[in-house]
Amino acid sequence: MATTPTARPSSFSRNTSTSAASSASAPAPAPGSRIGAGGATFVSSGIPDLDRILGGGFLLGSLVMVMEDAEAPHHLLLLRNFMAQGVVHCQPLLFASPAEDPRAFLGTLPAPVAASKEERQRAPGPDHDEQEQGLRIAWQYKKYFGEQQASNAHNKDVKKEFGNNFDLRKSIERHMLSAQNVDCISIQKFSNLAPLRERCSSFLSKLTGNGVGLAGRIAIQSLCAPQCGYSDWDMVSFVRSLRAMLRYSKAVAIITFPSVILPPSFSKRWQHLADTLLSVRAIPDEDKDLAKLLTGYQDMVGLLHVHKVAQISSQVPVILEASTFSLKLQRRRSLVLERLNQAPVEGSSGTSYGTAGPCSGSLKGSSIDF
Amino acid sequence: MNHSPNLLDEALGLTGRGFGGGALSPGRVVLVEDCVETSGAFVLHHLVKRALSPDRGGTVIFIALSHPFSHYDRILRKLGCNLSMHREHNRFHFVDMLKVEFPNEIQKNAVEHGLVDLYSKILKAVEVSSSGDYSRAHISIVIDDLSILEIVAHGSVDHVLDFLHYCITLTSEQDCSLVILNHEDIYPEMEAPRLLSHLIYLADFVIKAEPLVTGIAADVHGQLTVLKKGTFNDSQYTDKASNFHFQVKENGVELFFPGTRC
Repeated sequence: MATTPTARPSSFSRNTSTSAASSASAPAPAPGSRIGAGGATFVSSGIPDLDRILGGGFLLGSLVMVMEDAEAPHHLLLLRNFMAQGVVHCQPLLFASPAEDPRAFLGTLPAPVAASKEERQRAPGPDHDEQEQGLRIAWQYKKYFGEQQASNAHNKDVKKEFGNNFDLRKSIERHMLSAQNVDCISIQKFSNLAPLRERCSSFLSKLTGNGVGLAGRIAIQSLCAPQCGYSDWDMVSFVRSLRAMLRYSKAVAIITFPSVILPPSFSKRWQHLADTLLSVRAIPDEDKDLAKLLTGYQDMVGLLHVHKVAQISSQVPVILEASTFSLKLQRRRSLVLERLNQAPVEGSSGTSYGTAGPCSGSLKGSSIDF
Repeated sequence: MNHSPNLLDEALGLTGRGFGGGALSPGRVVLVEDCVETSGAFVLHHLVKRALSPDRGGTVIFIALSHPFSHYDRILRKLGCNLSMHREHNRFHFVDMLKVEFPNEIQKNAVEHGLVDLYSKILKAVEVSSSGDYSRAHISIVIDDLSILEIVAHGSVDHVLDFLHYCITLTSEQDCSLVILNHEDIYPEMEAPRLLSHLIYLADFVIKAEPLVTGIAADVHGQLTVLKKGTFNDSQYTDKASNFHFQVKENGVELFFPGTRC
């Protein structure tokens, strides 16, 4: 195809140099956040399905709490995706956990999946130019991109999306974690929660001085874990202070906690303090009754229940059509949330009904036995 | 602009004739209870709006422990009440307790001093109200919400109760009424819930917001039970309990008797 080799504003160059100019003119939201109805700003939870269920994502200024299943680590799936999403968008992140070395957890964060796989395949890097002479038509695009931008195109695509799918089999690239805005703190060593409160407070006050206006993320894992040994009133007081600090800042905090460890009245206090309340539960591997009741049971990793959804500046409660979802790994790598589908009721015999594929259109590659 | 009273107003006796101009309720202490599944905050919003409405002409002292001013401002605006304007005219006093802490490591009596401080702020607001343009107006003190005050007081129920008693003295000495929001499911049934039983004893009205027995529904958000404390009038004991369903909307709340929604 005959084209003039001079660089001209084609649809391809819009992706690179002119994007900065166009976003400066319009009051666009900071990268990684989205404006929703009523002027509310959302950040992605790292799981696109969850963003959709919650009506946009996590509200800035809100506190998300996840009630853990004390016997299963499914809450870590939510935490990892939340933190990885923040890292991808270069949003400042503060991570607190009862582990001795919280930095080690960062190594388990998943890598984002690029949106368009074709572009990723077309731009492997400047080294491979000579070897790929055969694919002439594809490499013609490189003339307009320039070499530098071709390798960054993948990263830019990933960053521009509001919510990414994450590949749980691959770890996030090291260079993204070594950026200055990822901070970790272990909560096991302290005798009370004042140091953690201080850290959160300074983290949140630094956000306001942030010129670009990036949203901040705080992730606290297993706050009431027994090895920390904090008093009940101390902990609930910390949660209340964090919530108050969040209200005046542009950040989202997620706290996971094993609710069964707390005395029931304190567990209820924590639940009342949450703006968005979720709980995760594991599914036993070989539960025949559940297998008969739900379709696609074999692929389910756990259940997620949405108790409360944050609503700032409205008194109308958010009523969801369905509040319990199954956690599944799509193609064994990304986390998806699906509504539960009841399997067709079996007759007295007839195992063929029991293995019927789901009728809601969610294709997973499960085998259908005939 | 007189909006038609709804079932809640009737149950609270706000619609009857012949009680003083601007009274929030003929009884003085209203306790609103809710739970995690069903929030009772809409009752507070409704009562604040009623107190500030032009035909009532009252003032409100709002002790906010749960949300900042902007939250209430936006919600009440949708209900048709401009809190910013009322705040400028000293009809709405907002006491922001969101970030207030009573550090208990430094002094032993920090909680006490903190609550005394809070009470003096309320007193000051009452004095401002009684001496200003709206000196004849009825003052409503609204606490949102009491469970957070317990957290701030590090769980010392005695101090919180003392504070409440002081606020209740205001209801008899000055022309005040008290509206408290509390979470009923925080107090487990096994232990003796001291604070809760005290509150129920002190309250003239108890408004309880609960989920429906049948579960979550899109158009009925829960049920409201209004209990009016029994009183003796010439050896006649009268009390009243009403139960209705509600649906919360942006511009108000719709209340209806169970089964009458078509």
